[in-house]
Amino acid sequence: MSVLEVRDLTVRFGESVVVDRVSFDLDVGARLGIIGESGSGKTLTALAVIGLAPEGADVSGSVRLDGAELLGRSERELADLRGDDITMVFQSPLTSLNPLQRVGRQVAEPLRLHHGLGRAAAADEAVRWCGRVGLPDPERSAQAFPHQLSGGQRQRIGIAIALACRPRILIADEPTTALDVTVQREVLDLLDTLIAEQGTGLLFITHDIALVAQVARQLMVMRAGAVVEHGDVGDLVGRPQHDYTRQLIAAARATGLDEQDVAR
Amino acid sequence: MSPQAGAALLVANGVSRTFKLPRGSLFGPRAERHAVRDVSLELAERGSLGIVGESGSGKTTLVRALLGLDPGAVGTVTFRGREVRPGRSSQLRWYRREAQLVLQDPLSSLDPRMKVAAIIREPLACLGVDEDHDRRIDEVLEQVGLSSAARGRYPHEFSGGQQQRIAIARAIAPRPSLLVGDEPVSALDVSVRIQILDLIRGLVDELGLSLIMISHDLGVVRYLCADVLMMKDGEVVERGNAAELLHRPTHTYTRQLVAAVPRLPVESS
Repeated sequence: MSVLEVRDLTVRFGESVVVDRVSFDLDVGARLGIIGESGSGKTLTALAVIGLAPEGADVSGSVRLDGAELLGRSERELADLRGDDITMVFQSPLTSLNPLQRVGRQVAEPLRLHHGLGRAAAADEAVRWCGRVGLPDPERSAQAFPHQLSGGQRQRIGIAIALACRPRILIADEPTTALDVTVQREVLDLLDTLIAEQGTGLLFITHDIALVAQVARQLMVMRAGAVVEHGDVGDLVGRPQHDYTRQLIAAARATGLDEQDVAR
Repeated sequence: MSPQAGAALLVANGVSRTFKLPRGSLFGPRAERHAVRDVSLELAERGSLGIVGESGSGKTTLVRALLGLDPGAVGTVTFRGREVRPGRSSQLRWYRREAQLVLQDPLSSLDPRMKVAAIIREPLACLGVDEDHDRRIDEVLEQVGLSSAARGRYPHEFSGGQQQRIAIARAIAPRPSLLVGDEPVSALDVSVRIQILDLIRGLVDELGLSLIMISHDLGVVRYLCADVLMMKDGEVVERGNAAELLHRPTHTYTRQLVAAVPRLPVESS
């Protein structure tokens, strides 16, 4: 049994089906990438998994965490899981962070809520996390407001908040899309190290196939709400079966860098 | 007489731009930020130059100066030997016809209250283009792969890729010789991005345009440009042939940047 089992997940808005019978498993330490273009339903899939689908969405199918069904649970029960067992990193830390709160407090919040840490213990742990995610002078960084940090630093805080409670599943939705390429590399390396240490299962959502090929081991290609192809990254990129996957890869290769370009 | 390929089209010397920052305290000194520092460059007729850098590197500020859009910049720019700057930007109507710009976000660069025909007609009218405007509108729409049925529709009725086609149609309508793109494909999905890049490449070829392409994406720049200018903190850190620079970067920053770009695993045969 996998930690997270998603079966025939379907999201409808009235007549229109925007996520169409999506199924996948995610285990501790596994890394699954979902790739798709705008409107493919990749983000909505993730939101539906953690019970955050927008109002008016009709979600059906099954989402099991450790065998227990999540769909249909009360908001209160879900809120208990979110930020603890399953957490999320969003694309834009400037909108996902609270602009009025010092970042240390935002890292401490889930620790107090879910792990019952006291104020001082949570604050200490938050400072430690600011260090772990590579912020300079953690004591001082924890006192900063989001706008005082750079884009990359803000996303490091987003990662600290998501990982502080040692979740079993982390959902990252385009976590580096807003960042410069050198910063993107640093943030990905950080994410990679931390989830490897903690054995977190990763669901990585992006439009960038070259990026996801570096992060994920399994890959799911979505188009118009449905999964068109699902397999190992190597197989899928090396021998794509579906025309749409072939198109995506051809486009990425044409405008990407290749072996002859300087690598790390 | 058509200008010879290889002759200098655009020449810039010592272009700099400084912005004053707010005072730290009421009577404190005003700090300055050098957004662009002493950049010189030359673009040949039918040449293509990519300007690459991360956010804040000064690439857009540089291009604004090259286009004579920034009276606050210093340095000289000439186009086929004619002065673009210094000098009054109000006297650059001839240059506006020669150099046309395509921006990143078509939804903000296209007027939402104007129909497509009016959007494309505007530069023809403002720049006093002396030909049948209606015919020209149909012509450029066809060149960017849209039908003349697009004329009566509004920008929001089109997809992002189609909107960018409209922006390109507007840019080529006055028959410029230089096309400047500021991240024109950054907001697009990969499969649409390649179509727009191919469109630009085709038009550059077919119309004999010169091209300046601003991008943070090295792959995009290589796809379209023969030469690259690598910027960091307002300065040019490296320049040269695009493929050469990607294969053998000499500057540490270029090397870091190239190495940081994610790439697909090698194709299995």
